[in-house]
Amino acid sequence: MSGLESLYQQTILEHSKARHGGTLSEVAACETAWPEGTGQCHQLNPVCGDEITLRLAVDGGAGDSRVASLEWLGNGCSISMASASMLTDLAEDLTVDELARLIEEFRAVLRSRGTLEGDPEELGDAAALSGVAKFPARVKCAMLAWVAAEDALRQAVSTAA
Amino acid sequence: MAESRDPSALDRTEVLRIRNDFPLLAHLVNGKTLVYLDSGATSQNPQSVLEAEQEFYEQRNSAVHRGAHTLAAHATVAFEDARATVAQFVGAREEEIVWTANATAGLNLLAYAFSNASIGDVPAESRRFAVGPCDEIVVTEMEHHANLVPWQELCRRTGAALRYIPVTDAGTLDLDEAARVIGPKTRVLAFTHVSNVLGTINPVAHLVGLARAVGALVVLDACQSAPHLPLDVKALDVDFAVFSGHKMLGPTGIGALYGRQELLDALPPVTTGGSMITTVTMERSGYLPAPQRFEAGTQPVSQAIAMAAAARYLMETGMERIHAREGVLAQRMLEGLRELPGIRLLGPAPGVERAALVAFDVDGVHAHDVGQYLDAQGIAVRVGHHCAQPLHRRFGLTATTRASAYLYTTEDEVDAFLQGVAGVRGFFGVK
Repeated sequence: MSGLESLYQQTILEHSKARHGGTLSEVAACETAWPEGTGQCHQLNPVCGDEITLRLAVDGGAGDSRVASLEWLGNGCSISMASASMLTDLAEDLTVDELARLIEEFRAVLRSRGTLEGDPEELGDAAALSGVAKFPARVKCAMLAWVAAEDALRQAVSTAA
Repeated sequence: MAESRDPSALDRTEVLRIRNDFPLLAHLVNGKTLVYLDSGATSQNPQSVLEAEQEFYEQRNSAVHRGAHTLAAHATVAFEDARATVAQFVGAREEEIVWTANATAGLNLLAYAFSNASIGDVPAESRRFAVGPCDEIVVTEMEHHANLVPWQELCRRTGAALRYIPVTDAGTLDLDEAARVIGPKTRVLAFTHVSNVLGTINPVAHLVGLARAVGALVVLDACQSAPHLPLDVKALDVDFAVFSGHKMLGPTGIGALYGRQELLDALPPVTTGGSMITTVTMERSGYLPAPQRFEAGTQPVSQAIAMAAAARYLMETGMERIHAREGVLAQRMLEGLRELPGIRLLGPAPGVERAALVAFDVDGVHAHDVGQYLDAQGIAVRVGHHCAQPLHRRFGLTATTRASAYLYTTEDEVDAFLQGVAGVRGFFGVK
C-alpha cells in the first residue's frame, strides 16, 4: 500500500483532524459584505461536494501589505481539509506578494503529475501534499483552499486602504 | 454465508464462466486483481459486444436509411434488427424504440418535445402534450439529476409547477404523500424504477394507477432496472421509458427511449434535419412517424448494433436469473456492512427486495477517502453524490460510497470489498 501511504502521510491525516484556521463561523461565512482590506471566497467541488469558505484580511500600506488573518469554514475529504489547515499555518505573516507566489508554486507542484516535488522550506507541511499530484482526481481537493485564498487575496488587496 | 438457495439464480460455476466473457475483468489495478463494483455507473462489455461493433466496421459499415448499394442495405438491416432486439428486451414493438445517446438524452428529448408542444403553432395531434402555468409535473426526491433537471427546465420554460414525492427514512417513496401530490393538475409523472443510490425498487403499478386516475402521462427512468431485472414496459403500462446501453453491457453513446406508438407518432420532434422528414419545402416540412421522427442526422449505428448484442447476451443468460443472483449479492453486501462499526447504510433494510447496490456513509471518513483507500486494493466503487444531491441532502449527507454489483460479480469480490471497508476507519485513525 505504498502508493496510498504516500498520498495519506501522517502529517496530512493530523492536519485533516486539527484543521488550523477552521474557525470561521457559519454566520460570518454567510455575510455578503466585509470591511476594507478583507476578502472572502466560497469554493465548491461539485464532483464530491467538498466545500470551503475562506476569509482573508490584509493590513499595511502598498508595498508592505501583509496577511493579517486567515480563517475558513469547510467540509470535505481529508486532503481538502488538511490542505486548508496547512495553508493557514503558512499564510500567517506573509506579505501579499509572498502568499501569491506560494500559491503559484503550490499549483505548479500539484499540476506536475508528480514531476515536481514541493520544497518543505517554502511550502512547510504542505510539501507533503506533493504526492497528490500523482492522483489527478484528487488535485482539485488539494487546491480547493488555495484557489479560495487566491481570490480572497485579490479582493482584500483591491479594497485595502 | 450460504450460497444462493434460489434455484433460479445463477450459480457460482455459471458466474465464473460468465466472467471469462469479459476481458477487462482479468485486469490488474494497482498490482491487485480488479474488484469491479461500479457497474451502477457503467458496466463492462462481454466479448460478443466488442465483436459486434468490430464486425460492423469490418463488414457492413455504410450509411443507413439512404443509398441503394448493397452495403447500405446490409447496414440498414443490421441497424433495424438491433432495434427489434432491444424492443424485444423490454417487451416493446420495434416502432416504439427510439435510439438516443443515453437515458439522459431520452429524458431531455421528452422534456423538449413537451415544450415544443407548448409554444407556437402546434399541430392538433401534439396539443395533448402541452404544459403551461396551470399544470404540474411530478417527480420524486430520489431522482437522478437526469430525471430532475430536464423537468425543472421544462417548468421554467412553460410556467408549469414542479412537485415531488418525498422519500421516507426507510428509503422508499412516501405513497401517502404521492396520493396527495399527484392530482388533477398533474400532466406528467416521471420517476425512477430503481434508485441509483438507495437500491429501492419502486412500486410502478401503484404509481401508474395514481397517474392514470388523473390522466397524467407516465415517464419511467429504467436506467437502473433494464440491466438488472426483467423489464416489460407493456406489463408496467408506462407511457415512456428510458435506459442506457453502457449500463447493460453495451457501449457508451447509445441508449433508447420507449414510447407507446400512438404517443410517439403525435409527439413533436426535437432534433430536426435529415432522415426524419417527409416533404420539405422552403416554407415548412412534414415529419415521418416514430421512430425516424426522432432520429435526425447520422445515427450511432455500430453502438446500436453492439447494444443489441448486449441485450441478446442478457436475454440468453436470463433476466430472472440475473435478478435472483443480484438479490443474493445485495443481501451479502448489506449483511456484511451492517456488522461493521461506524457504517450508516442508506436504503431499504436487509431482507427487503432491492437492487444489488449499496450506498453508505463511514463515520469520520469522507467518501472520497474511502474510495481512494479501496482503490489501492484494486476495489472500484463510486464516491460522491451519484448525481442525486437532493436525495443526499434528504439524509443529511453530501457524499456516500456506493458499491454496485452485476451478473459477473462473485461472492469473493463482495467479501474482499467488505474486508476493505472494515480497514477504512483504522487507516484514517478514526476510533
